[in-house]
Amino acid sequence: MLKIKEYVRPESLDEAYELCTRRGNVILGGMLWLKMQDRSINTAIDLQALGLDNIEETDNEFRIGSMVTLRQLELHEGLNAQTQNAVAAAVNHIVGVQFRNLATIGGSIWGRYGFSDILTIFMVLNAKVELYKGGIVSVEEFAEMSHKTRDIITSIIVPKSPCRAAYISQRNTATDFPVLTCAVSEINGIINCAIGARPGKAKVIHDLSCDPKTAVDEAIRQLTFGSNLRGSSRYREQICGVLIRRAISSLQNTEVHP
Amino acid sequence: MQKKEFKTVGKGIRKKDSMQLLLGKPVYLDDITPSECLVVKVLRSPHAHALINEIDTSTALKVPGIECIFTYKDVPQERFTQAGQTFPEPSPYDRLILDRRVRFVGDAVAIIAGENERCVDKAMKLIKVKYEVLTPVLDLHEAKDGKILVHPEDNWKAPCPVGADNKRNLCASDSTEDGNVDAVLESCDYVIDRTYHTKACQQAMMETFRTYTRMDHFGRLHVIASTQIIFHLRRILSHALGIPNNKIRIEKPRIGGGFGAKQTAVAEVYPAFVTFKTGKPAKIIYSREESQIAASPRHEMEIRVRLGADKNGKIRALDVYTLSNTGAYGEHGPTTVGLSGHKSIPLYTGSLEAFRFAYDVVYTNTQAAGAYRGYGATQGIFAVESAVNELAETLGIDPTDIREKNMLREGMVMPAYYGEKTNSCALDRCMAKCSKLFGWRDKYPVRTMPDGKIRTAGMAIAMQGSCISNVDVGSATITLGDDGCYVLSIGAADMGTGCDTILAQMAAECMDCHIDNVEVAGVDTDSSPYDSGSYASSTTYVTGQAVVLACDKLKKQLCSIAAETLSCTDDSLEFDGDRISNLETGEFVTLDDISYQAQCNNEIAVRATATHSSPVSPPPFMAGMVEIELDPETGSVDVLDYVAVVDCGTPINPNLARIQTEGGLVQGIGMALYEDVTFSDKGKIEENSFMQYKLPTRLDIGHLQVEFESSWEPTGPFGAKSIGEIVINTPSPAIAHAIYRATGVWHRNLPITPEKILFGIE
Amino acid sequence: MKITLTLNSRTITADVQPDTLLIDFVRNHGCSSVKRGCETANCGLCTVLMDDMPVLSCSVLAARADGHVIQTLEGLQNEAEEFIGFIADQGADQCGFCNPGFVMNTIALLREIPDPTDDEIKSFLAGNLCRCSGYEGQLRGIRAYLESRSNKQNSEDI
Repeated sequence: MLKIKEYVRPESLDEAYELCTRRGNVILGGMLWLKMQDRSINTAIDLQALGLDNIEETDNEFRIGSMVTLRQLELHEGLNAQTQNAVAAAVNHIVGVQFRNLATIGGSIWGRYGFSDILTIFMVLNAKVELYKGGIVSVEEFAEMSHKTRDIITSIIVPKSPCRAAYISQRNTATDFPVLTCAVSEINGIINCAIGARPGKAKVIHDLSCDPKTAVDEAIRQLTFGSNLRGSSRYREQICGVLIRRAISSLQNTEVHP
Repeated sequence: MQKKEFKTVGKGIRKKDSMQLLLGKPVYLDDITPSECLVVKVLRSPHAHALINEIDTSTALKVPGIECIFTYKDVPQERFTQAGQTFPEPSPYDRLILDRRVRFVGDAVAIIAGENERCVDKAMKLIKVKYEVLTPVLDLHEAKDGKILVHPEDNWKAPCPVGADNKRNLCASDSTEDGNVDAVLESCDYVIDRTYHTKACQQAMMETFRTYTRMDHFGRLHVIASTQIIFHLRRILSHALGIPNNKIRIEKPRIGGGFGAKQTAVAEVYPAFVTFKTGKPAKIIYSREESQIAASPRHEMEIRVRLGADKNGKIRALDVYTLSNTGAYGEHGPTTVGLSGHKSIPLYTGSLEAFRFAYDVVYTNTQAAGAYRGYGATQGIFAVESAVNELAETLGIDPTDIREKNMLREGMVMPAYYGEKTNSCALDRCMAKCSKLFGWRDKYPVRTMPDGKIRTAGMAIAMQGSCISNVDVGSATITLGDDGCYVLSIGAADMGTGCDTILAQMAAECMDCHIDNVEVAGVDTDSSPYDSGSYASSTTYVTGQAVVLACDKLKKQLCSIAAETLSCTDDSLEFDGDRISNLETGEFVTLDDISYQAQCNNEIAVRATATHSSPVSPPPFMAGMVEIELDPETGSVDVLDYVAVVDCGTPINPNLARIQTEGGLVQGIGMALYEDVTFSDKGKIEENSFMQYKLPTRLDIGHLQVEFESSWEPTGPFGAKSIGEIVINTPSPAIAHAIYRATGVWHRNLPITPEKILFGIE
Repeated sequence: MKITLTLNSRTITADVQPDTLLIDFVRNHGCSSVKRGCETANCGLCTVLMDDMPVLSCSVLAARADGHVIQTLEGLQNEAEEFIGFIADQGADQCGFCNPGFVMNTIALLREIPDPTDDEIKSFLAGNLCRCSGYEGQLRGIRAYLESRSNKQNSEDI
């Protein structure tokens, strides 16, 4: 069972940061993963009072507050128009509406979970993580950073470049964790692909060929796969090519936005 | 009783408790029992097989708020079974409340009771146990006559002759044969010889196991439990605690689902022991994880089928051998296995010249199995129906045609079903109607869609029983109340199935009144008439008949009261629901009059009890057909359409019968495609939560259509048979069939996951 | 620690532990309709509305609900009564244990999408498990309610 000694709702990022640098303190995201753990926390830091729960759309970017829920991502018109609904496709299989009303983008990215649909899609959207102290890094770089870093994600920034995107996942049941996730984008003529739930965390393959067959070969060569309850490494490798091929084909059938 | 138009029976009326349930009123155990009581939890073994060498609770007992901690040193030493079965139970007496030997990961090591959850959790971590870890037997193939014994103890015993032998890891063993199977198989043109395997699937009812216990004003143990078996539970606790039956009272509130899980006393014994020892009220609420790892799931079975047929598809012989895994304890082990043959082989009585059915049920160091809807028939029907489909595909005969040639029909005697004769059997009509509704001819052919996905169909037929013949007992008490309304009292357990409503419908039909005039009393061993409980599909069929008999009795008694008032003889009177009239004079008394008359200077009871048991267990029948879409590049399967047509005799409440069917189909779809149970090499169940054990959601099931093709069962109330269990039996074989059609590969091990399908294609 | 929240239109101030979950808090405040079916946020039985949004109360700290508006089925009886009879008419209530969570999320669905398609119903309610009914009866019930409502509106229009 999760045990919490103290709950704090900071009124400034400074206060939150100060708290989160101390041992045993944890920032709450949606708390869905945290809640299932058998551990003790000194201070649970709730960022709900910091206004981080909005998606701001400007001419150049989407600035997604770290406390924005997966459900907000799913329903956001601008973000989904920009990505041909790939963002919605990445989240709408996650458990259920009530779950997605709690789970946050900040929590999902911070956790860098192997199974993460969120990490997969935002990697190919060239999204950036804005850290309160650490500045702005790409999602891809962030994924490789140490989990011991003490910082706060304040927002995820998605640049508004002309974009085509597609998202496909393989799941054993409709709302289960994915067996494999696949996001593909074409931004400024460059095709990137991210494969997650390998079951390791998502990895980006850059600058793929637009020929699906070549792209698959390029990608598979750079990826490693493992086994867990949901599928073997061999199965993952096998379907990886299928998902990439399908995602690239569907990319070619969509209109570039804007 | 003859077929006729009924007023209340056959109507799809609302369950009597619907609105309370849908409005979220407090009706379940944890809603209605006080929270001021001891919280009880169980420390569980991390090892699949071990001896407790030392157990030190001294530090744990010092945690503020802890009331008591019990270990194997504190409990009675008489073994008992937790199976809810009629005495003497076929299940072996192989349990102690706590044992020095732990036999599966999750087996009970200590019982902890304290003021609140926090202190109990804390104390649990402070109990120091030194185990002597032993090698477990985890594989059901290695159990029989293996070196490792799950139950080496000398005080193990089997109360019934079921072929059990703890020194051989055998929980049961038997073989029956009719005709010379080997000779017939020898002379067959084709023999399909295949082995099928099903997993220890979980009932996964939404309300986990839970029990509240207290001492009542007479100093008796008062137990409120989420159970299907109040009377068996009373006896189980009496055996476990070593106290007389009459010192125990069991009550059941509304139950949040059971599906057989609660036909085993999984959790009751722990708070009962705490209250028995301390005199204080206690409550246990199982976590979902405990319900997944230390409860009563389906028996894992491996079934070898040898099916012999001639070249025209006439099925001449069936030889079925079942190896069943009862896990660490033998609850329902000797009986579930029987259904794997008794409820599958008779489907082909039409042509069968000989059959043999043999089985072994083995102990292993895995979670003990129990009763789950279908109770062995589900496993057996997956095997036999798959074999029949394999035969059809081998011969290139349409699977509906092959069944047409061989299937059981009305009036046939079933040698593989205790020699019973089918008084009512609409299996042929079920299949014909199912074919038509489903569009079998159009959907059976393999069709490749423009996106490369493949559509095709599969099918299966099924049967079950309607009770345990010559064993199950159902009773009903009906009482006329003050204002001309009735109270119906039963000992069967409505676990959401709607039996309270269905039995009230029968009472209303008999007493010729509106259903609202029949109240159904709470289920309580102190006041309800004896009933074996709600299992074996028996409530509608057995307890229903008891309701009919009780109503007949009551009507006679009411007429006797009226005869006194009207100064005439009973036989000149007619009861029409509202009044009792003297047919000769036209004089009458109303039911209201009688209810008050009965309370003044009267010696005739306005209450009647009847008890019923059946020498036969008439099978319900059904046909199921499924259309799937399979992705040959990923192995994914989408169920598009499932059509099922059921013969449950007269559906007493067609709405509830339909929902039972739809619910059973969906559980069956889960079993076929993704409900998996796997173990670590140390014997720990991996699927220990709903995060890992995947139930179908509403996005996973396609469209279901259920219809009825009724027969008239002369031994059942209003022509009824059962519905509750049969409904889970067709999806596994039908889906496996469709997957074969799409891929050319038979999958004989459930569940059939996308990965298995994809690698099967390669 | 002290929290103040609105539970079914009633302002409640209470002392809670920092790790008290909202499900336990509301159950201890008379809202026993809220059920626990798992520990892994998978079943949907504990659905409540928090500031009008359906959430899993098993995964929200009571402390996080401080200052927010929480509604359970106890507070939405009238809104539920508009459609639950149609579920009952199908017999789809069955054991009933998942019903409160299902009803709460259906309320949320009908507020967000007043006239949903079957696919929208299924996907909105995907996080509500039911082991008894097979889901079809629930769908038929909601569909029957929507039809009856639109028939009523049509006859009022005439």
